[in-house]
Amino acid sequence: MRGKTFIAHDELPEVLERLSKAMDVWIPTAINDEKYEIQFLPYQSDRLPVLDRQSTMPPKKVIFPQVETLLHFSRKKDENNPFKSHIKLEDEEEVSPVLVFGARPCDVRGFLVFDEVYLNGPYKDPYYAKRRKKTLFATLVCETSDNACFCSAVGSGPADQTGSDLWIIPVDGGYVIEALTERGENLMPEMGKDATEAQVAEARDVQEKVAGLRVGEADLTQNSDAFEDRFSDNEYWRDMAFKCISCGICTYVCPTCYCFNITDEAKDLDGERIRSWDSCMFNHFTREASGHNPRPSKLERYRNRIGHKFSYFPKKYKGMIACCGCGRCIRRCPVALDIRNVVLSLKKNKENVDVCK
Amino acid sequence: MFVNNPYRPEPAVIKDIIQETTNIRTFRIVLNDEEKMRNFSFKPGQVAQLSVFGVGESTFVINSPPTRKDYLQFSVMAVGEVTQALHKLDVGDEVGVRAPLGNGFDVEALKGYNIVFVGGGIGMAPLRTLLLYMLDNRQDYGDIIVIYGARSPEDLCYRYEFDKWRDGGINLVLTVDAEAPGWKENVGFVPTILAEVEPSAHNRMAITCGPPIMIKFVLAGLKEIGFENHQILTTLEKRMKCGIGICGRCNIGTKYVCIDGPVFSYEELSKMLPEL
Ligand SMILES: Cc1cc2nc3c(=O)[nH]c(=O)nc-3n(C[C@H](O)[C@H](O)[C@H](O)COP(=O)(O)OP(=O)(O)OC[C@H]3O[C@@H](n4cnc5c(N)ncnc54)[C@H](O)[C@@H]3O)c2cc1C
Ligand code: SF4
Ligand code: SF4
Ligand code: FES
Repeated sequence: MRGKTFIAHDELPEVLERLSKAMDVWIPTAINDEKYEIQFLPYQSDRLPVLDRQSTMPPKKVIFPQVETLLHFSRKKDENNPFKSHIKLEDEEEVSPVLVFGARPCDVRGFLVFDEVYLNGPYKDPYYAKRRKKTLFATLVCETSDNACFCSAVGSGPADQTGSDLWIIPVDGGYVIEALTERGENLMPEMGKDATEAQVAEARDVQEKVAGLRVGEADLTQNSDAFEDRFSDNEYWRDMAFKCISCGICTYVCPTCYCFNITDEAKDLDGERIRSWDSCMFNHFTREASGHNPRPSKLERYRNRIGHKFSYFPKKYKGMIACCGCGRCIRRCPVALDIRNVVLSLKKNKENVDVCK
Repeated sequence: MFVNNPYRPEPAVIKDIIQETTNIRTFRIVLNDEEKMRNFSFKPGQVAQLSVFGVGESTFVINSPPTRKDYLQFSVMAVGEVTQALHKLDVGDEVGVRAPLGNGFDVEALKGYNIVFVGGGIGMAPLRTLLLYMLDNRQDYGDIIVIYGARSPEDLCYRYEFDKWRDGGINLVLTVDAEAPGWKENVGFVPTILAEVEPSAHNRMAITCGPPIMIKFVLAGLKEIGFENHQILTTLEKRMKCGIGICGRCNIGTKYVCIDGPVFSYEELSKMLPEL
């Protein structure tokens, strides 16, 4: 087993270049050279990872693409009967190994939420499983939380290593790298030179300092029952969802939102069955063929988003909150709805509920 | 059916089509793979996702019983894209099938009970599979009453088998909403007829499916007669996509209709969050 290594800032492109010969390396990339929008994209020689702030979009799409083909179908003409055709189905092909370099603990935790549903349920999702199996995470200990972050409030924290394979710690002049899993260990030969004792000591200090931080004051993990008690309090939910314009951005940027739609796209005799991200904030999501909709207004839809993350999910999966506290929905909501406020207010009596936040 | 990929439909061919009402057609289909068709097993009340490739998938109950495996039967009401595309298909055309999905009825637990079925409109489809299963295992169940209603005589499905149901010892009570020429059976809404028939709740299970408004009054009616929540079963309709508990669409609180349902007792429903 190799000890900790060190990658100097100016050596990072070289390391990524070498790694990307063997696997697809996804890095947080500034779009149009501006740090305003940061997306995970496959590494290319002229791209450098942006590691000094959280990415705009989480790396969700690396394992769960926004749009993906589930199967191809083609209808073959029947030789004996020109008016009949037969269906031929083809599955999608295999995928190559992937390294996500520069994810944050909250990003990785998003996939731990996915795993419960996509891998550990009564049915396994083969598309998710094949990518998940081949994806490694080199995760950055998170020193750059802002006032929308609350990972410590949902049972995680900025130094949470759960789910990561390699650990990246910023130190003077570069990064100290540590293997956390066997698969991570296998990549260590590519991870720069051996770290000096001083660098190892500095990294330990950084890790300890960050591990001692509490990001997000409140504890949002114990609200299952409070949610159920509030479920039928329509006034509460009407107030909370009052500003919501049902745009769906909150679900789109969310590392733990995993709902999807399945549709067919076809031209003549050939086509594809595709799945794409969907959102419980949209009206059509649950509308039934009869016209009946169990969640007819934003009140019920917003309630479901809160309930799913902070009540249903932890009830089903040993207390796990289906929110990693990344704060993206808070930063991106066009009407400034703050999920923390809604969850915190569940336990408050009416007079103290703050609906303006 | 699906070994590795639960999203992969099994190709099947339409063997027969029956026009039930102006907007409901019944399709009898057989899987292309003979061995898979032979080995296909399911419980009454379980559902399938039917594909029209190029249009999409929709959920339908397998309304033939597992005791009759010459074909799998589906009754489809044309309401939207996939259902209308299905209605355009002919005998010999191919569809895709993902099945069986969902929990189905617990036929073992129902053994020894008297039964009353209360169905409205297309809601008779999921009841039919269980009814025929019980006819094929007649000795296991007590007396069976079926109360089935639709808007008009022409809106009743499975008319061509009513005689067979009656020959099998079923007390079949039919009703339509309004008088119609030649109609000799009951006239009135299903809940009204239920109150008239007043099936004893003693050692009896009630199984109901139909439009939400009918269900609401049937439930009240059953309670009136003396049925307890655990004696009443229903099968829910929710918009579904994956059918396998992943796409996140069909939940009522922590329960997913596609894997925990669609069959629930009112005992279970009364403990769930009120979001039907
Ligand atoms: C467990 C279960 C069992 C079922 N069993 C049966 C059965 O045995 N038989 C049966 O007939 N049905 C059954 N259903 C219902 C059936 O699944 C639906 O009727 C079917 O999925 C409708 O699909 P569709 O593509 O035709 O409708 P869609 O095209 O999806 O349309 C659904 C509704 O939305 C509307 N709509 C569609 N697109 C738009 C748009 N762009 N804008 C506005 N409105 C739109 C349509 O008008 C329609 O009212 C069952 C459902 C469940 C969940
Ligand atoms: S981002 Fe804000 S406005 Fe948009 S759906 Fe979410 S809560 Fe509503
Ligand atoms: S709900 Fe908001 S804070 Fe929680 S994981 Fe999703 S985007 Fe991040
Ligand atoms: S239909 Fe996808 S979760 Fe139930």
